[in-house]
Amino acid sequence: MDITTQNHTAPPALPPDGAERKRAARGATRPGDRIFLGLSRGSGILVLVIMAAIAAFLTYRASLAISKDEANFLTSFEWNPSGIPPEFGIAVLAFGTIVSSVIAMAIAVPISVGIALFITHYAPRRLGGAIAYVIDLLAAVPSIVYGLWGALFLVPHMDGLFGWLDDYLGWTGIFEWGGGAPRSLLTVGVLLAIMILPIITNVSREVFRQVPRMHEEAALALGATRWEVIRMSVLPFGRSGVISASMLGLGRALGETMAVAMVLSPTFDISASLLDPGGGTFAQNIASKFNEATVMGRDALIASGLVLFVITLLVNGAARLIIARRKEYSGANA
Amino acid sequence: MAKRIDVSGLNAYYGSFLAIEDISMTVEPRSVTAFIGPSGCGKSTFLRTLNRMHEVTPGGRVEGKVMLDDENLYGAGIDPVAVRREVGMVFQRPNPFPTMSVYDNVAAGLRLNGKYKKSELDDIVEKSLKGANLWNEVKDRLNKPGSGLSGGQQQRLCIARAIAVEPNVLLMDEPCSALDPISTLAIEDLIGELKERFTIVIVTHNMQQAARVSDRTAFFNLAAVGQPGKLIEIDDTERIFSNPSVQATEDYISGRFG
Repeated sequence: MDITTQNHTAPPALPPDGAERKRAARGATRPGDRIFLGLSRGSGILVLVIMAAIAAFLTYRASLAISKDEANFLTSFEWNPSGIPPEFGIAVLAFGTIVSSVIAMAIAVPISVGIALFITHYAPRRLGGAIAYVIDLLAAVPSIVYGLWGALFLVPHMDGLFGWLDDYLGWTGIFEWGGGAPRSLLTVGVLLAIMILPIITNVSREVFRQVPRMHEEAALALGATRWEVIRMSVLPFGRSGVISASMLGLGRALGETMAVAMVLSPTFDISASLLDPGGGTFAQNIASKFNEATVMGRDALIASGLVLFVITLLVNGAARLIIARRKEYSGANA
Repeated sequence: MAKRIDVSGLNAYYGSFLAIEDISMTVEPRSVTAFIGPSGCGKSTFLRTLNRMHEVTPGGRVEGKVMLDDENLYGAGIDPVAVRREVGMVFQRPNPFPTMSVYDNVAAGLRLNGKYKKSELDDIVEKSLKGANLWNEVKDRLNKPGSGLSGGQQQRLCIARAIAVEPNVLLMDEPCSALDPISTLAIEDLIGELKERFTIVIVTHNMQQAARVSDRTAFFNLAAVGQPGKLIEIDDTERIFSNPSVQATEDYISGRFG
């Protein structure tokens, strides 16, 4: 590893013997190096151990529940793990989790990218700094506060939007509104969008800020307008960073618990319309049911948690694939 | 195509700092003019005032006149974006768009300027790459990323990108300082060919390069650090390097100071 350091300490006339060279290759000749190597290696291994422990725990408890499940675990709309026979499935939860997260992403990603571009490329320095500071504050608001605000302010104020969507897009079926309280997946999606906006904005902002000056000047010198500079230099360079940022946001949206539980009125069915109250998400369902659950009920909730865990892993893997696919075109080898 | 540049009474500032003071000069069409001088004397800053890139730097502003034939680049109602489409620029470090292929890099400026048919684009891209002496090396890898080329090839790609839009003037800011001698030679040969079609201004720290490629040479200097840079003299390259009229020029060229 640290061959250059070795060469400095060893007299150049005497080549290091085998054992010494081996030690040098491990980079652990000095006590400080040894301690630091041990610490960093230990931290690295610890992460893997924790992940493996979580996966093992979830898999074990989930298998206990699923083996007793009389309904189809993946497709059933039932959630009655303490019944006789126990019947439960995650179809409603998977649908609700994915749909609300997709809505949140669809709203939050474009707005976040817009805010980040404004801060880095349009706003005067001082205004940009002020906006960035406010966004940082938004990120620090606890999710329970978002939940309170969502339940007490957002829900009563969604009627107008719901009516408008019903008027103009109701014919699609997706935006049909029967007039129920707007405690629906769409409201959850809007709330989640606000919650994940700060993290996506902050990460995107850092990425856009790092676009090399020479790439932007290349576009400028060709006679690009400010928007064209952003399109030709900034966005392509920031693309993988924005994807990573979005995945961080998506991770939070998928796992968000309290705010969803406070806004949604959970039911165990799937409605074609995003505006109808009802539905549920994995995290919300676990939080709502955990306290009163029997042992079997808890295992069933853990089984649903395992599915959420797997979905999160898949999402992250997909993001890495997208980033890797165009690696040779990334700014990294410029 | 090529136009005459006529600068008079030009000052450029960074914030309140006067970087170059009272510069006047004429650059003839279809000629190569080299700017030489010690670091910090403002030659790059001056070059960047010629396509209004100076004002892109925060705090950058310019006073004075830059006439391109009979149009003042700093006149009222002149759009800097339009100026930059007329005055192309090549930078010190090769900067092809890393996310674009060789083809797209060359076509980038054209796509900004308007709509072209695929066949027209193909023709212009080929012509520009040939003009930059790069065609034979990249014709089989037009769809590969431009950042995969060698440094010298990347710089010629940047030149192809700049000349694809048929500018009137081509500015080069130390185009060879990041390149090895072979690539430098290739670029210098290319400059000799390009001056048939364009007005070329090149900033260089390499005095042999200035002597080799340019018809006219301008020497810039500054009295002390913190003082504005000034144009000391501009004359035929031969004269500047054999018998300059100002003592400071001779001192600089012969290596007695700097």
